[in-house]
Amino acid sequence: MVAALNEMFHFLVARKKFWMIPIVFMLIVFGGLFLAVQGSVLAPFIYTLF
Amino acid sequence: MLLLGISAYYHDSAAALIRDGEILAASQEERFTRIKQDSTFPAQAISSCLVDAGCSLADVDYVVFYEKPFVKFERILESYFANAPRGFNSFRMAVPLWLKEKVFQKDLLLKALGQIAPGGIRPDQLLFSGHHQSHAASAFYPSPFERAAILTMDGVGEWATTSTAVGAGHSVRPLNQISFPHSLGLLYSAFAYHLGFKVNSGEYKLMGLAPYGKPRFASLIREQLIDIKEDGSFRLSQAHFDYTVGLTMTNANFSRLFGMPPRQPEELLTQDHMDLAASIQQVTEECILKITRHLARSTGERNLCLAGGVALNCVANGKVLRDGAFENIWIQPASGDAGGAIGAALAAYHQGCGQPRRLPAGGGDAMKGAYLGPAFSDDEVCARLSATGARFERVDEEKLVALTSEALVAQKAVGWHQGKMEFGPRALGNRSILGDPRSPEMQRTLNLRVKYRESFRPFAPAVLREDVADWFELDYDSPYMLLVADVAGKHQRRMNAADEQLFGIEKLNVPRSTIPAVTHVDYSARVQTVTAECNPRFYKLLKQFKATTGCPVLVNTSFNVRSEPIVCTPEDAFRCFMGADIEVLVVGNCYLAKEKQDMKLAIDYKDTFELD
Repeated sequence: MVAALNEMFHFLVARKKFWMIPIVFMLIVFGGLFLAVQGSVLAPFIYTLF
Repeated sequence: MLLLGISAYYHDSAAALIRDGEILAASQEERFTRIKQDSTFPAQAISSCLVDAGCSLADVDYVVFYEKPFVKFERILESYFANAPRGFNSFRMAVPLWLKEKVFQKDLLLKALGQIAPGGIRPDQLLFSGHHQSHAASAFYPSPFERAAILTMDGVGEWATTSTAVGAGHSVRPLNQISFPHSLGLLYSAFAYHLGFKVNSGEYKLMGLAPYGKPRFASLIREQLIDIKEDGSFRLSQAHFDYTVGLTMTNANFSRLFGMPPRQPEELLTQDHMDLAASIQQVTEECILKITRHLARSTGERNLCLAGGVALNCVANGKVLRDGAFENIWIQPASGDAGGAIGAALAAYHQGCGQPRRLPAGGGDAMKGAYLGPAFSDDEVCARLSATGARFERVDEEKLVALTSEALVAQKAVGWHQGKMEFGPRALGNRSILGDPRSPEMQRTLNLRVKYRESFRPFAPAVLREDVADWFELDYDSPYMLLVADVAGKHQRRMNAADEQLFGIEKLNVPRSTIPAVTHVDYSARVQTVTAECNPRFYKLLKQFKATTGCPVLVNTSFNVRSEPIVCTPEDAFRCFMGADIEVLVVGNCYLAKEKQDMKLAIDYKDTFELD
């Protein structure tokens, strides 16, 4: 997974799509968080926040 | 050098095995899983290719995926941000899927390959080819041309929707491309959607419906939906489409423009629907002809290679050939995404590894008739049929051909399962249902009783290559059923004044030629030419039928019912034979008559597969 994210980062730099880097980063971090906590006790709080 | 090409995860997943530039085997996953256009990782197709070629995954030097997931993700994200806040619903559904799986496709592929063989492959053995690069490679490298112009058109891959290139030797030099959201494939799909057909599979129904209508909406389409320039480049007006932001292809503006809401599947087809189909078909043809004329002028090439889903529009292909801008054209038989598996492997071999290209001896192409799937030996066929409870007679080839021809002359529908399975959407005489084209009732019978599909759907003729010019307005190889031509004038039956007054599907009841079952309402036919070199047994059958009837033509339709993948194994063939109104089944050298079977083995086949 880390290797894939690293490749994605280098891909965006090579394509000069710098504006996408923070967006992809946010999507992956929060997307990962949502997936990780699905069904856990944290889920209701995260859904309230976002 | 052994390369495995893979197309997967969107629709129509497939695998292809290439050794030193030669295509050894290729199969679509749907044929094994029995799920139409299955998009899952093609594990069974890969295993089948490896078994056919007598090798294992450990022997493979490189595995090549047919497109670039990161570039596709970039296109998806950019499109959402360009349209935000519209499209949030679509974004909400698509992005989690990407974040969960598709961004990590490399890991996914390595893991899936590891499940096929212990150890799988190393990460540095996994390569990615561009979507249109794969299509272009699948169009040029297997073609019979030393050099050619290449045109690829589809819905969308990464960004490109239409691209041109020039192929020479082992190189392919890209020229121009049109990018998403401007797409001829998506425009055609939008009309297919609006006419109640499934996107990515129902487009050929739209093409079959078009000759029943008049293109009275063509000017409206040109004025409001697509701006086509003289060189064939085009832009679509996004105000009428929903595919960039929504979950449908067209929106309310589109319905208002044509004065009709989207047709529901199975809803009665009206003359308006047929006119809409005729209109988009005409505009599509105009656009393709402008592109090919400009491509011929700008490159000076005499040969043209086509691929991408739009290249399956055989009516347009026939017009490109007759237009004469190019002297020769060759169309990849698996022009859809499945063919991307072949193209990806060939692109990596010739472009990535710089390996030279060898043209096939004898002036033919390198697709081996598209007979690239699994085959079953006679002993295996007997064992498999016996296990299903089938009652059959094993005969030699001479008797088999004579018996089959007799059945066809007696107006029976014959299931014909021979040799290697075809790769691509067409059955070309190895997994086919055959019929007598001289029968006026055959089209209706095959559509309604055998295939359980709409009565307007046309059937294609298979004809001896040496007789094609005598029966059709065509004197050109069309081994893959990808060219449409009119039935020769001397075989046509002109309509009388009363027939001329008929509308739409009523015209279906008027025989148009001496081979009405394969003559569409506009006298056209989607021709397959058959040679002894390409398919010896099918050729012998056509010869025998001609000797008995004087007609060198047979109805050739895929061996399946509506929405079912084409049969793969003898068991699939027997199941379809028992479930549909097919009277004779021929599998290898085994001959099966329906009346001799135990009818307790028949299953209700009609509702087994969902509508496509």
